[in-house]
Amino acid sequence: MAFPEILDARSLRQGIDGFVNQLVIDYADSLERLSQPLLTFLVSVEQLLRNSPWYLVIAALAAIAWFGSRRWPLVVGVTLLMLFIGVIGQWDRGMQTLALMIVALIMCLIVGIPVGVLMSLSERFRKIALPILDVMQTMPSFVYLIPVVMLFGLGKVPALIATIVYAVPPLIRLTDLGIRLVDHSVMEAATAFGATRRQKLLGVQLPLALPNIMAGINQTTMMALSMVVVASMIGARGLGQEVLAGINRLEVGRGLLAGLAIVALAILFDRVTQAYGKRLQYPKQGDK
Amino acid sequence: MAKIEISGIYKIFGPNPKRHLQAIKKGLSKDELLADSGHTLGLQDVNLSIEEGELFVIMGLSGSGKSTLIRHINRLIDPTSGSIRIDGENVLNLRQDELIQLRRHKMSMVFQRFALFPHKTVLDNVAYGLTVQGIDKKNARVIATDWLEQVGLQGFGDQHPHELSGGMQQRVGLARALATNPDILLMDEAFSALDPLIRKEMQDLLMKLQQQLHKTIVFITHDLDEALRLGNRIAILKDGALVQQGDPQDILLSPQTDYVADFVKDVNRGKVLKARHVLAKPVSTLSTGTTVAKARDWMMRHGFDYATVLEGNYLKGIVTLNNLQSATQETLRESVSPVTSVLESADLESLMPRMIRDTAPIAVTTDTGEFVGWVSRTKVIRLISPAQAIDREASLTEPVE
Repeated sequence: MAFPEILDARSLRQGIDGFVNQLVIDYADSLERLSQPLLTFLVSVEQLLRNSPWYLVIAALAAIAWFGSRRWPLVVGVTLLMLFIGVIGQWDRGMQTLALMIVALIMCLIVGIPVGVLMSLSERFRKIALPILDVMQTMPSFVYLIPVVMLFGLGKVPALIATIVYAVPPLIRLTDLGIRLVDHSVMEAATAFGATRRQKLLGVQLPLALPNIMAGINQTTMMALSMVVVASMIGARGLGQEVLAGINRLEVGRGLLAGLAIVALAILFDRVTQAYGKRLQYPKQGDK
Repeated sequence: MAKIEISGIYKIFGPNPKRHLQAIKKGLSKDELLADSGHTLGLQDVNLSIEEGELFVIMGLSGSGKSTLIRHINRLIDPTSGSIRIDGENVLNLRQDELIQLRRHKMSMVFQRFALFPHKTVLDNVAYGLTVQGIDKKNARVIATDWLEQVGLQGFGDQHPHELSGGMQQRVGLARALATNPDILLMDEAFSALDPLIRKEMQDLLMKLQQQLHKTIVFITHDLDEALRLGNRIAILKDGALVQQGDPQDILLSPQTDYVADFVKDVNRGKVLKARHVLAKPVSTLSTGTTVAKARDWMMRHGFDYATVLEGNYLKGIVTLNNLQSATQETLRESVSPVTSVLESADLESLMPRMIRDTAPIAVTTDTGEFVGWVSRTKVIRLISPAQAIDREASLTEPVE
């Protein structure tokens, strides 16, 4: 049986459309200008990665892996994964995707950690933020891709923004969780010694929440990588674009190779961030 | 002026504590309050004054409100009503930044579960209070190294807390609290999580440090033996209210309520009570200059078999009538037989072997050697096993009483 019509869904839709259209007319230009620094940043990271010799890029990633984990097997693994991407002919596209990931991750950190901290400090803010995070994580990304494209135009920036919207919630949640999980008695000790809120946050809460924040960074990276194909639909170049091309042209090989390169990047990010998080959890194990 | 003056503190936990304050003041009980409104009564009408330099023990079982009370002193918890004065200043009137200064410089705290910072080295843990004050890391570490040594942990500075045993961790906790050189040390069940041997060690360490430092220490415990061992004064807390306060012997010898009496029933009295509690004043005293003949006559006239011989305030020994009968010398000095003596601060347990070994009287003297009296065997027995009725016959073995 049909549900009685209480609201006129059609006019509701039109209202929303009208609102977004008005938004585009009023703000699209200024938003595009505002997002210019982001684009510059992304492009320069991309240029850096693509123009550097491949062995330097691999060496840099291997060095990061070493400082993150202090374990040789991981360094070897990272090197092999990067070589694999090169061998299957995905190096250049891989670098484009890597640049997008790095910039998206940095933006997620800039947005996610302060928001997570705020949530842990204010119960009221937490109550407002939680449902918004739920929406961000469950809303099909195509729904907000359309207005984002309308506002920012096709290209790298809307792809980046869509990636951030989709990927940032786990970092926010785990930052909040990590801070709230800090041992109550340790916080009490800091208060008893006369620490200010700032001293408590920077000196005790954030360092002790770091393993959880690292887990959040790990999750955020994984989710960002899972967005590359969707992001390529609105103009991000790289591996996602290649997968999309493979789908469109029914070229399984093209799609598979690019897909495998994405998997390789995912494994790399995952293992390095996890290893670093683990090392934070046990201070000084094998590292005086 | 007392160092810490707590007056009329009430603490009610719940969403709307102020509203129920009047009802509590009019005599509503803790259980009734909980049943009526879901509020928990934490403290009711607590008044304490803690003097500079004393080790004040607040003791009570779990749920008695003792941890709540100690947190009022540095305002980790604010009272529902009442006042807390430190050096005469009501800390409830302090602004946030003044409160932070108070916590940084005037008092520090040692916690039951140590509450060390797991991400900092032992040395940086000890230095924490100093770095929070704004002292630069290098100087703070120099001071911290010194304190680490004082608590017997030299060489452990580079380790992390989780690498140390419980006892060592609490030494770090103690060093961290002392490093800021506060007047007041708040110790919240500081040794309760340690096993008995280590706990004893830590108590000794605390007493040793206190002898040098003379801090004002507020010590929370649920262990009466610990309270009696450490405390200059003890306050007993039950259901958020003070039941009794006094020095250890007061609590032990004259419990004011059944609750306290019940508490002290199983205490090892031999350890807590001192020789000065079992004194018997000498009935017959003579001075060394007295002639033998005079002394003999005097003793026979009063029917004494023994007499205590003093020289000024100092004890010479005793004379017996038998000795005097056969004495040839002019004055008493040569007829005196020496006796063993103990300090008035000696605990009864240490007297027991001597009392059992022989029946000779035991003298009690002050630290400087002045005579204060004899150990009364009757009192010893009465205090150590108060339940037993003492037969008057028992006093027959006493030379003087």
